[in-house]
Amino acid sequence: MFDIGLNVEGLCKLFLQSISFEGLHNLTVFILACFVGYYVVWRVTPALHAPLMSVTNAISSVIVIGGLFVSFEGDLSYSQICGLFAIFLASVNIFGGFTVTHRMLKMFQKNNRS
Amino acid sequence: MANILYLISAICFIMALRGLSSAQSSKSGNMYGIVGMGGAFLAAILTAKFSWYPLVAIIIGGCVGILVAKKVSMTQLPEMVAGFHSLVGLSAVMIDCAAYFSPDSFHIVAMNGQIFTSSLIEIGLGLVIGAVTFTGSIVAFLKLKGSIKECFISIVTNKLIALAIFVSFVMFVLTSNGVYLCSLIVLSLILGITLIVPIGGADMPVVVSMLNSYSGWAASGIGFTLHNDLLIITGALVGSSGAILSYIMCKGMNRSLKEVMFSSGIRAIKGAFEERHNRPYTRGMPEDAAFLLKNANSVIIVPGYGMATSQAQHALKEMGDMLKKRGISVKYAIHPVAGRMPGHMNVLLAEANVPYDDVFELDEINSSFAACDVAYVVGANDVTNPAAKSDPDSSIYGMPVLDVEKAKTVLFLKRSMGAGYAGIDNDLFYAQNTMMLLGDAKKTTENIIKSL
Repeated sequence: MFDIGLNVEGLCKLFLQSISFEGLHNLTVFILACFVGYYVVWRVTPALHAPLMSVTNAISSVIVIGGLFVSFEGDLSYSQICGLFAIFLASVNIFGGFTVTHRMLKMFQKNNRS
Repeated sequence: MANILYLISAICFIMALRGLSSAQSSKSGNMYGIVGMGGAFLAAILTAKFSWYPLVAIIIGGCVGILVAKKVSMTQLPEMVAGFHSLVGLSAVMIDCAAYFSPDSFHIVAMNGQIFTSSLIEIGLGLVIGAVTFTGSIVAFLKLKGSIKECFISIVTNKLIALAIFVSFVMFVLTSNGVYLCSLIVLSLILGITLIVPIGGADMPVVVSMLNSYSGWAASGIGFTLHNDLLIITGALVGSSGAILSYIMCKGMNRSLKEVMFSSGIRAIKGAFEERHNRPYTRGMPEDAAFLLKNANSVIIVPGYGMATSQAQHALKEMGDMLKKRGISVKYAIHPVAGRMPGHMNVLLAEANVPYDDVFELDEINSSFAACDVAYVVGANDVTNPAAKSDPDSSIYGMPVLDVEKAKTVLFLKRSMGAGYAGIDNDLFYAQNTMMLLGDAKKTTENIIKSL
């Protein structure tokens, strides 16, 4: 049977361990970026909410660089398969997202001038 | 060098969102986004050892993406966005798996050859968010396409799955065993389905924005795993953007996020088809409508999802132009939750070349209905329902609606006399000053144009 007391103790230890220096730095960046996002997004005009969604969708695929971290030397491994698949999916998103945003914004801009 | 590039990319992404604050600067915003992404690619390639495989994957993926984005019609936009969200989710899951399988290349291994516990926590969290985003978005995609309908799933089921996920998460972190990794993924995939399936069609704008937010948090999660500030910043930007959009959509429906997420299945069933007796209504012909429009001084067009399904935006624009030539003022009124995603109607009107200055938001135009002669409602049912103001028993009570009924005449284009997406009857149909134009919105509008 699993000892619950040990479990709690283990979790507390884990929690303290996870707040390392690097983790704290990442957390700082994360929270500050949330504030930046909050203020920037509130300024977006409601008319452009659809392009906002598609452009955020495109830029969230910046996780593609996570796939590029995988080393592609040697035989094909699980890690490489996962990495390649991730790169492929994220690329669909990046190129597709920017293209469709461009299409939308072109329409908005054309009407604005006329 | 790579870190400086990451910093530049992060700034570019912030500028990309900043650019969307006005239509003039929006296109440069997209350019900033592309430059930022290019910078990120360059930085990653500089740090990684060169190999052909990822390059090929990028090229194939890029071609597929561009092809899809070029082919998709603006009406299908909500589906496409939901579909793209699912890709971010799955991609995040894959990267977390890759990190788990080869921790060396991600520099997350401690001296004793084990993965850092903090990294395990980050991988676990990232997996859960990514997997939920993946299946949740697929369900949303299928729903928007009309392939599946909502069905009731008890909240208890979701709670049980969430509990099981929590247990596997703890076990995974403590043991770093692959079995728990698998169960974590599978359970999260199931949770994504059971969370989104019960949500009603009218709440789709909230769901799409929520998934947008999730995909951002998933990206942030990867950033924590890799200790990469660019991913963390981008994820936080996208996450807060999606969260704000969800908030705006919820406010547009006078509902809390909790209500949308956990009780909508019940709502759709409860509100459906109460009291549907054959109440009398006035049915008009396109010729009658043309006569009314011709003799009006001001017309306000209210587009809804009906405009999107029948692709009536081009016909509407043509009609608007003809009326304008006669010196009639034509305006467009857009409710925040009209359509199936935030800003859906604005894009369709922009596609039809409707001038930006003629399109107004709810708050800007609501006082103008009292002074307008004809309100031309194109398949926008629930957002015009006066029950939201007068009937406390109605499930949409309290939702801000367009005061369409205050116009002298209301022309209501609708496919049939069925209820709206929320499944509630609309008193507006039976009002003295309402004329129902039943049939396809595009055809009806074209017939009106002929009669003008």
